[in-house]
Amino acid sequence: MKLKLLKLLYKNSRLSLEEMATMLGAETKAVAAAIDEMEKEGVIRGYKAVIDWERVDNTNVSALIELKVTPKAALGFEEVAETVSKYPEVESVYLMSGGYDLTVIVKGKSFHDVAKFVAKELATMENVTSTATHFVLRRYKESDIQLCDRNSDDRGLYSL
Amino acid sequence: MNYDQLLNPEVLNIQPSGIRRFFDLAETMSEVISLGVGEPDFPTPWQIRKAGIQSLEAGKTRYTSNSGLQSLRETVADYLERKYQLTYDPLQEILITVGGSEAIDGFIRAVVAPGDEVIIPQPSYVCYEPITRLAGGVPVIIETKAEDQFKLTPEALKAAITPKTKALILPYPCNPTGAIMEKEDLEKIAKVLRGTDILVLSDEIYAELTFGGKSHVSIASLPDMKERTVVVNGFSKAFSMTGWRMGYACGPQEILAQITKIHQFAIMCAPTTSQYAAIVAMTECDEIVAEMAEEYDMRRRLIVDGFNRLGLTCRDPKGAFYAFPCIEKTGLTSEEFCQKLLESKHVAVVPGPAFGKGGEGFVRASYCYSTDHIKEALKRIGEFLEELNR
Ligand SMILES: Cc1ncc(COP(=O)(O)O)c(C=O)c1O
Repeated sequence: MKLKLLKLLYKNSRLSLEEMATMLGAETKAVAAAIDEMEKEGVIRGYKAVIDWERVDNTNVSALIELKVTPKAALGFEEVAETVSKYPEVESVYLMSGGYDLTVIVKGKSFHDVAKFVAKELATMENVTSTATHFVLRRYKESDIQLCDRNSDDRGLYSL
Repeated sequence: MNYDQLLNPEVLNIQPSGIRRFFDLAETMSEVISLGVGEPDFPTPWQIRKAGIQSLEAGKTRYTSNSGLQSLRETVADYLERKYQLTYDPLQEILITVGGSEAIDGFIRAVVAPGDEVIIPQPSYVCYEPITRLAGGVPVIIETKAEDQFKLTPEALKAAITPKTKALILPYPCNPTGAIMEKEDLEKIAKVLRGTDILVLSDEIYAELTFGGKSHVSIASLPDMKERTVVVNGFSKAFSMTGWRMGYACGPQEILAQITKIHQFAIMCAPTTSQYAAIVAMTECDEIVAEMAEEYDMRRRLIVDGFNRLGLTCRDPKGAFYAFPCIEKTGLTSEEFCQKLLESKHVAVVPGPAFGKGGEGFVRASYCYSTDHIKEALKRIGEFLEELNR
């Protein structure tokens, strides 16, 4: 039940406990307990809306930064990643395989803002050997949700 | 010109579909929340669409053989074996058709001669009766009952059989009732049919959509039933491919050869692009089909629970993607209920009698819609019921 519940929450975390219980064929109490437990365990980290910011304002920008890191002595990837994660400007941090080490998604009010943050905070960090900044121009899909489609149901109103 | 005298009286006598009126009315309204359609909301999975596109890019734009691409027929044979323990010879016992619809039409035309009786359980999908009439056949309707979960009972079947009975239509999982026939139910039907010359058209278009841990069983997989059964299935519902128009018929070579002749002259072959896409559907999409089925299952629970909470008794539909709640306690007929609901709350559901007289007292609500959409529809139906009671 837990995995199905997680899938359901991932898709729509605004369903009521009763609705989720009905949909899963489970008791409301059991669903509530499972959610509590997974929150405590840190499996569920939060509940957020997926927003197409372009439709409200266009001023925020974000960028994907490739970080190359040379782990030294006590400062491995883990420590660098944790430090980077602490900045409120940083949205996501991933350890990568391949040509570079960390992907950092940074958001800011303007291109300038983001560039400044990268130059001042990330590039200067000990163990960070290089950064490459890629600005996001447009978002088409976010957390499994397509932002570009018009959500039109082109089926008729009735068919047999 | 006096067209009424020119045109085929059999065709003139066919009643247009019972939902036409509602459709016209709904078209004039805004913000209609529909639970009215019989097709999936999921788009065709991308890898299937891609296969169609690639076939076009590769210039596969000609006729295929009449029966369909051999590779597709082989794929269908493997699929049926893997899923339903059915074994068919891809060269002689499988025909690729334009939707399940053409397979149904082909079967009835191939076997029904004027005066032959065709037994049709109702409420059920709307095409069997008119096609039987067009073939000069006589539809013999069995009204399945809510207290039997809308299953076909052996008693009702026995009572409907006469020396003129040519075929039985077995429309399970059932649109609109959501009824399924489990193995033991089918065994009882098979027992009545063994030793007779009655053929069976088993319309298994919703076979992939059964719920509550009961997998679909085909009557053709029971002993001695394959020789008298034509299985019709297709890609529309399971793979969200309604617009691709892909289906198939499987059965004894002797019957299939006749259906193939009709198909050859009336159709030539099923759409080539769709045939290439269909191969990918059956070979690469198990996971995504299972995911869609799981999503339907959740919506099914939500809508059934919703109707029951509103006081409209709704049995647990075990298959297809429709809820079939009883609206008798409102004191309205099904038609009145649907019309009033549409007019006052702009919610579209289909009156049960559109699927046969036995559907009176029920409406069909499709749950091929997002949970939010279903919730909004249920909310409006709730308001409607409250206003009725005032
Ligand atoms: C029971 C049943 N059979 C057959 C069909 C025809 O489907 P298709 O021709 O798209 O395969 C439908 C469509 O609604 C149906 O509900």
